[in-house]
Amino acid sequence: MNSTRRVTIAASVILLFTICGTVAALRALDRMRSGSTFREVLYISSPKAVQRMSLGYTGLVADLYWTRAVQYFGSQHHQHSRDFHLLAPLLTLATHLDPKLTPAYEFGNNFLAPAPPNGAGEPQQAIAIAEYGIEHNPNNWKLYYGLGFIYYTELKDYSKAAEAFSRGADVPGAHPFLRILAARMAQHAGEFETARMLWTTTLQTSPAKDIQRNATDHLRALRVDEDVTHLEKLVDLYRQQYGLQPQSIVELVRAGLLDAVPVDPTGQPYKITPDGRVEVRNPDDILYITKGTPPNYEPPRPKPDTQK
Amino acid sequence: MNTRIAHIAFNTFREAVRDRVLYNLVAFALLLSGAAILVGQISIDIERLVVVNLGLTAVTLFGVVIAIFIGIGLVSKEIEKRTLYTVLSRPVRRWEFVVGKFFGLTGTLVVNTFFMAIGVFLALLYVAHRIQLSDLGILTALYFIVLQFFMVCALALLFSSFSSPMLAAVFTFALFVIGNLSEDLRGVAAVAKGVSGWIATAVAYIVPNFAALNVANQVAHGETIAGRLIVYNSLYSLLYSAMAISGAVLIFQRRNLK
Repeated sequence: MNSTRRVTIAASVILLFTICGTVAALRALDRMRSGSTFREVLYISSPKAVQRMSLGYTGLVADLYWTRAVQYFGSQHHQHSRDFHLLAPLLTLATHLDPKLTPAYEFGNNFLAPAPPNGAGEPQQAIAIAEYGIEHNPNNWKLYYGLGFIYYTELKDYSKAAEAFSRGADVPGAHPFLRILAARMAQHAGEFETARMLWTTTLQTSPAKDIQRNATDHLRALRVDEDVTHLEKLVDLYRQQYGLQPQSIVELVRAGLLDAVPVDPTGQPYKITPDGRVEVRNPDDILYITKGTPPNYEPPRPKPDTQK
Repeated sequence: MNTRIAHIAFNTFREAVRDRVLYNLVAFALLLSGAAILVGQISIDIERLVVVNLGLTAVTLFGVVIAIFIGIGLVSKEIEKRTLYTVLSRPVRRWEFVVGKFFGLTGTLVVNTFFMAIGVFLALLYVAHRIQLSDLGILTALYFIVLQFFMVCALALLFSSFSSPMLAAVFTFALFVIGNLSEDLRGVAAVAKGVSGWIATAVAYIVPNFAALNVANQVAHGETIAGRLIVYNSLYSLLYSAMAISGAVLIFQRRNLK
């Protein structure tokens, strides 16, 4: 074997070994530094400073921060963490660098405002971001819709929600539901119907898959809340008519109060507890439900945050 | 080290010094002393922070520019001046030439960084009036910067082994920029699916990871750097440099120099 061939073989072996070694070392580094990118990027939290440092490429840098915001929320959510404290600054940076980045406002409405574990639990920050979006995109009706949405779902501030929907309804090309929503907020009536209208509008108008999934989950939960309210009224009615507690939903059907045994969104029939309450079989399988759960029920306990 | 490699490395270093590469130290000194005086006058409570951040960033950028612009010319200049033929006509193997050049350039950068590090500490002393124990973290940041130089030198040498100096400079600089965003790239690869996911993952692992080697912010804020990070970063940088150098050797070994 000549020396050139020997060198070629040795260099090839080293090349293969080092490729495997670098991948292994990089994976170890990634595990060690999990989440550090997000913490480090926020050493500079001033949008103006980042704007100057981006040398005019603000759009690109905004996209980068936006991607990081989505990744941050996704990774925290995946780890069942309740800590989303970096979401607001990441979204603020992204939107200040590119005020026309409408997906970021939409994301903020849906995931910054709701309480943990479904969101960051920062409705005031979400409102600030939504207002900033409206200021820079006054003709985008979705931003008014998002603002009203936060006021309605998170703060139960019906007058502010009505005002936001009403402002949005005045925008040319706005969704016709906005006018109806404004009226409903003003009346503060028909809560299930209004909530369903809100989530259905979100589902229909948002192109983002995670926002659509979130809206679908809320619509499923609304159906359960509404079913349970209705069934508990029927249980009361049965008790008044027969003077005793129904043992199961089937008895309500036999009494002619229901046509068939209703099922929850997972396909499971509802059950009646000995104290006359109506519950779903597996509350852990249906997110966001507020009714139909055992007393003192708490959603599945999140795992501890491993990124800290 | 093989004496032939040591000779080539020493000659590369001597040539760099002769080319007045170390003159960059004058620019660095002017920048840092100017910044220290200015910061001392206008900043409130963040003088130390600014000097450390500015100092470490300047050390990185000066070093990377030197690594790229000297690294890309290491092979091509020798061919252009026809000195390569003289070297290879002696009992010097091609791989020894490549490895020697690598050590010569990294040696130049280590010396350069050493002087710049003195400058950083002097500027820090000027603005903060004392050096604290936590400031020793700057040494770790400087060590990581040197590791970055190893990788940049190896990449510059790899590209210069098969392309023109201009293209090699563009490729190396592009990889330096991408490498600083590599954690984002791996984040994107992690959520991508199918063939695009595979390609993104492969690219994310092939490009250098400079993000983990940039701890300027942490040390500026007085945070301690974990010992494990130092070990893994050292391991990663050395393996990556060895990978690029073996690639350069493989290409240079087969290159037709006639």
